Amino acid sequence: MKKKSVTHPRTSYTFDAYTNSEIRRAAETGIYDIRGGGSKRNLPNFDDLLFLGASISRYPLEGYRESCNTKVTLGDRFSSNPLNLEIPITIAGMSFGALSAQAKEALGRGASSVGTSTTTGDGGMTKEERGHSKQLVYQLLPSRYGMNPDDLRKADAIEIVVGQGAKPGGGGMLLGQKINDRVAEMRTLPKGIDQRSPCRHPDWTGPDDMEIKILELREITGWRVPIFVKVAGSRPYYDVALAAKSGADVVVVDGMQGGTAATQEVFIENVGIPTLACVRPAVKALQELGLHRKVQLIISGGIRNGADVAKALALGADAVSIGSAALIALGDNDPRYQKDYEKLGTTAGAFDDWHEGLDPAGITTQDKKLSKRLDPKLGGRRLANYLNVMTMEAQTIARACGKNDLRNLEPEDLCALTVESAAMAGVPLAGTNWIPGA
Amino acid sequence: MHTLDFKKLSLREINKTLQGSDNNSSFTIKNPKGSHALAAGINKKIDVKVLGSVGYYCAGMNKKSSIKIEGSAGPGLGENMMSGNIHVTGDVSQYAGASGHGGNILVEGNASSRCGISMKGIDIVIKGNVGHMSAFMAQKGTLVIFGDAGHALGDSIYEANIYIAGKVSSLGADCVEKKMTKKHIINLKNILSNANLTDDNLGRFKRFGSSRSLYNFKVDNAKI
Repeated sequence: MKKKSVTHPRTSYTFDAYTNSEIRRAAETGIYDIRGGGSKRNLPNFDDLLFLGASISRYPLEGYRESCNTKVTLGDRFSSNPLNLEIPITIAGMSFGALSAQAKEALGRGASSVGTSTTTGDGGMTKEERGHSKQLVYQLLPSRYGMNPDDLRKADAIEIVVGQGAKPGGGGMLLGQKINDRVAEMRTLPKGIDQRSPCRHPDWTGPDDMEIKILELREITGWRVPIFVKVAGSRPYYDVALAAKSGADVVVVDGMQGGTAATQEVFIENVGIPTLACVRPAVKALQELGLHRKVQLIISGGIRNGADVAKALALGADAVSIGSAALIALGDNDPRYQKDYEKLGTTAGAFDDWHEGLDPAGITTQDKKLSKRLDPKLGGRRLANYLNVMTMEAQTIARACGKNDLRNLEPEDLCALTVESAAMAGVPLAGTNWIPGA
Repeated sequence: MHTLDFKKLSLREINKTLQGSDNNSSFTIKNPKGSHALAAGINKKIDVKVLGSVGYYCAGMNKKSSIKIEGSAGPGLGENMMSGNIHVTGDVSQYAGASGHGGNILVEGNASSRCGISMKGIDIVIKGNVGHMSAFMAQKGTLVIFGDAGHALGDSIYEANIYIAGKVSSLGADCVEKKMTKKHIINLKNILSNANLTDDNLGRFKRFGSSRSLYNFKVDNAKI
């Protein structure tokens, strides 16, 4: 008898394996998923853009011989001592508390050796990071944990954090497991309790208040250091315009691929817009105010390589900032710790429970044994290597486009692979002169 | 005693003079006309008397200095103050003493909403009433209120203490009344004494603080 045909088991696109596992986890625990990092969705990103390069109508520069400037000055609008960086790639704010002291030291060493800046984070400034960072940006956050005027005056720049790309409109939480004696003391809270970071500042609300807040910070620091304002990628056109109007020297826009130490998964994946979609509206806001290149724009959120740097700059940014990528350079999610990741129920490349303090790579932890796994000198060297590679990659592209300065890259050098990315980046779809929405 | 007059000098010139002055100097500031960020960032043991009302962030991040405002103050008075003291003869607007780490503030009039928000060790004494959400997420230090408090007093409070003589419209999440022991009466007396105040009837004050039920994340807390 002929065997009856059967259809292949069909799994649901809507209810895929990850979705089902998350439903089961939620049903078991009654708690939403909290994790670190940024969006893991397949978002439109800089990979959707391509450089056109030089041809008959454009003249390239010799790849290895002709100079291509990478230096950038940040914050010369009002401050007397702006940041002069050798490369347009800075290290984003990450707190001591979220990161180990060794990781903070490694970031400082690596960034300083290539002439760029690092940034503090929630919880204040540690002696180690001030000591190892030649150019240190001090964050003013809603929690004001560890906020201290002496440290403010030691800083090379101040960054008012309005939002983070991973969680626009949200605060943070550092779980008790990571609150050791030192972290607790810096934050003026008891050891072992979960520390909530508020979602908005305690002493101002809108842009008019922020303008006065900036005035106060300038008065405290004698108008010496630049004031950055960091906003999450949500309404970049309006937020950048308001930040500039409020008197910022530099505006940082952090897209939804930007990482966090800990927040709800649903927040990370469903609030905010992709980094790619942030750049042109931000640039447009500054151009309309006549402030493009006068108020510098830093773009962050999922920047991974020199091509991303070049693309962000070509769209009009003055610099980029990296966080997650810097941690990967130090050793985060390295396959050499695969067995340890498996013990935590995950795998190298997917570990994101940074808030639990059990990081096998010794980076997002306060555990003494784990922290020792990261050698700050070696970590610093790895970060410096990575930053150098990114810079050289960006220069390679810029020279191929005939530019002797990374900031001479322009939208005209780009085309897009998809209609969506063409619309977001405001560049033509490849092979056409069509810019959707233009 | 030096006199600095806003009719003749800019904010920058006045603040630069105060910040660069010698310890134990005294200043009188005339015609402040609601100026913002006046006397911000002082790190010297000096006396400053302001003749008139001030705007936002007066004495912001103050360290060591003693500042008297003969008038009222705008939002963020003494925000993130580290030490020293501030005395306001009139009323103060929102966020007075926000995230203050140390020193003390005395307000003879009323304080608006979010007085002592996120305070981290400062002592604040309000002779009048305070607005809603005062001592919100207050971590350490003491808020003393002689009058009444608006809604959600001490919401999400940590280890700070609140002493209040008047009525409380409502308490915020995790804030509860606590026993007023002899130790607390002495503590209150000392705080008042630091503000050059005496009171013969401290027994009428009630004490509020954290029930510590929100200290570690639980799903039921998230539903509040």
